[in-house]
Amino acid sequence: MERIQDRINEQSPWEHITEGNKIFEAATAREFCTGEWRTSTPVFEREKCKQCLLCVPVCPDSSIPVSAGKRADFDYEHCKGCGICAKVCPFGAITMREGK
Amino acid sequence: MAIRERLSGNEAVAYAIKQINPDVMPAFPITPSTEIPQYVATYIANGEIDTEFIHVESEHSAMSATIGASAAGARALTATSSCGMALMWEELYVAASDRLPIVLALVNRALTGPININADHSDSMGARDSGWIQIYAESNQEVYDNFIQAFPIAEHEKVHLPVMICQDGFITSHGVENILLVEDDKVKAFVGEYEPEHYLLNPNEKMAVGPYAVSNYYMETKRAQRQAMLEARQVILDVAKKFEEMTGRHYAFFEEYRMEDAEYAVVIIGSAAGTCKAAIEHIRSTTGKKVGLVKIRVFRPFPEEELAKALAHVKAVAIMDRSEMFSATSGPLGAEVRAALYQAKSSVDTVNYFYGLGGRDITVADFEQVYENLEKMARTHEPVGMYGYIGLRSEQGKEV
Amino acid sequence: MVQTAYNFKEVMSKPERLAPGHRMCAGCGGTITVRNVLRALKEGDKAVIGNATGCLEVSSYMYPYTAYEDSYIHNAFENAGATLSGVETAYNVLKKKGKIKDTYKFITFGGDGGTYDIGFQSLSGAMERGHDMVYVCYDNGAYMNTGTQRSSATPQFADTTTTPAGSVSAGKVQIRKDLAAIIAEHHVPYVGQTTFTSNFKDLYTKAQKAIYTPGAAFLNVMSPCPRGWGYETSELMNICKLAIDTCYWPLFEVIDGQWILSYEPKKKLPIEEFLKPQRRFRHLFKKENEELIGLFQEEVDRRWEELKNRCN
Repeated sequence: MERIQDRINEQSPWEHITEGNKIFEAATAREFCTGEWRTSTPVFEREKCKQCLLCVPVCPDSSIPVSAGKRADFDYEHCKGCGICAKVCPFGAITMREGK
Repeated sequence: MAIRERLSGNEAVAYAIKQINPDVMPAFPITPSTEIPQYVATYIANGEIDTEFIHVESEHSAMSATIGASAAGARALTATSSCGMALMWEELYVAASDRLPIVLALVNRALTGPININADHSDSMGARDSGWIQIYAESNQEVYDNFIQAFPIAEHEKVHLPVMICQDGFITSHGVENILLVEDDKVKAFVGEYEPEHYLLNPNEKMAVGPYAVSNYYMETKRAQRQAMLEARQVILDVAKKFEEMTGRHYAFFEEYRMEDAEYAVVIIGSAAGTCKAAIEHIRSTTGKKVGLVKIRVFRPFPEEELAKALAHVKAVAIMDRSEMFSATSGPLGAEVRAALYQAKSSVDTVNYFYGLGGRDITVADFEQVYENLEKMARTHEPVGMYGYIGLRSEQGKEV
Repeated sequence: MVQTAYNFKEVMSKPERLAPGHRMCAGCGGTITVRNVLRALKEGDKAVIGNATGCLEVSSYMYPYTAYEDSYIHNAFENAGATLSGVETAYNVLKKKGKIKDTYKFITFGGDGGTYDIGFQSLSGAMERGHDMVYVCYDNGAYMNTGTQRSSATPQFADTTTTPAGSVSAGKVQIRKDLAAIIAEHHVPYVGQTTFTSNFKDLYTKAQKAIYTPGAAFLNVMSPCPRGWGYETSELMNICKLAIDTCYWPLFEVIDGQWILSYEPKKKLPIEEFLKPQRRFRHLFKKENEELIGLFQEEVDRRWEELKNRCN
């Protein structure tokens, strides 16, 4: 899929700037990788997870994908490593590791 | 057949709004523009239009809600004056940089302080750099005609800029004059149905408006905005031409009055042009002196080259400002006109006067004095009464 | 009034309406508010999201990156209420004219700066006019976007960059403004005050009621800010729990003028428990400031009793 940053980026000439800085699509922020910010990283231990999903709503970065009532591994492209999820997990299925 | 009526300037604007039947009008009352939302509210109360009125709690919210409505895909407008516009200040910039085709009916009134409710141009002139198209009127007829042309200019795909339709507080807003109104169906056809391409409520596309943009984008954004203002020039002329085909009334960037052979010219904006015209007729008929007038209609975008051309053959020019800008030198029109003349390498003698601040009268005799000064300047090449206030009381006697 | 059973797993399986890739800080409470409020939208319903200038705005729509799955408008700092009322009115007109068929909902977010303070008038106007919209305040108790200056939502004695604790200052002098009560006095059909609880039922159901109650609605959501409050990012849910259990941040709603307490702790904890983990209250634990904690406790107690009386 075509990415917005291929069309508009910090080197774009003025003629390519969208009118009034409006963007005519949704959720283009997905293209921006905030995972690089991490100084510590949550590690998901699937075998310990009971799929209670209590970690899902507390993520400020929508980085715990859920489908059909089950969570998958972290979205490391975007997870900033805040560690809230690890603290709320009742089963010790998330541990924080130093570094990216 | 055009409809003959007698209307005040505010009634004329309200009538144009009724004919256009826009979608959303948020407004907050302020003298002397209050009647416009009052009339519109009455049309709505009587089921004559289906515009939604938003009873906002301030002018800041009036422009904010107008921006929201316009971004959402509605044809939206508001009306205000003076301090009301000052309270909208930040929002004027947002409307223009978001490229929203909003129309503002501005009834020019002096900015505070002291509080004064009468005409001058300090409100709109202060907003001259906000990115709005500004169109001024001499008479009720002109403000009505300008208003009907506003949406077609603003909504043109090459423009997408907000338009301010200005008239002088009380002088035209409350003065009742004979007026020719265009028939409803013709106005509807002229203005057309609003079909924006991009809008928040577009079922086929999501839109985000109003981002934070870092330096790498800001300057390119401003350049793009400038392009719209450049494109607006031709669009304003095209819309005027279409309007002339419909009504026979001619509009351009400015009106040239007795300029074909003029040696001494006044450049002015708004209702005082009528007084100046009376002075011109009197001078020409009693002395035969060749005096003329350029009345600016479109101040933004400023018609730099055209104006310099119109003034190319005159010996001296008086540029008349109805607002101070406290640069300690010129007024806003003075600065623009002299820049235009300089750029055209014109060596015409110029003088910049202030007049009519806070509703002070300017008379035929005052204009006759201005033309006398110009004649003297053409002989001596020295400006007479530079930056003087016409009609000012002073211990030293008259300034001009 | 909307009344549906809360099924946590089903709710968590609804599609995200706030995309990742926004630039809010790690551990930000503001985005947790946004995600979980937007989750309350019905899947088929469209929405226009408004936003006052603030952390959220400059981080969630940095050109050309919008984090929203829905249409979004930011106008300025002080006018989120008025801006969205324009959008909502446009919707009503275009719907009446047959130009729009879909159902849209209107939700705007503002921090406490944009809501309690600079945008207060615009919010009050929008609420009074009764637009069918929800104003959500993500209340983190200071102007965080500009670096933790005090707001009228800042609690008394908090150390902020404009009310710094010093040798002759114990932080902010004044007590908090009670904005939820002020908006309730506008007699809008729905006002809710909430924060994050472990299964988010309180926030979700209040968001659902706010969105689907016809007319103007207001949600006040305590959204902790790890940088401004001074606690470890991972501690967020613990901070929220302490705020609720000390009755510092009571959960309640006002439905058609009727005040309803949503939660009463079995054992009301002393306010120290909430204050202690936060750097902004560190100076209160110095020997010379001991009586200030007592004053803080008195204010919490006074408000809690007042609220309970309203809810009876």
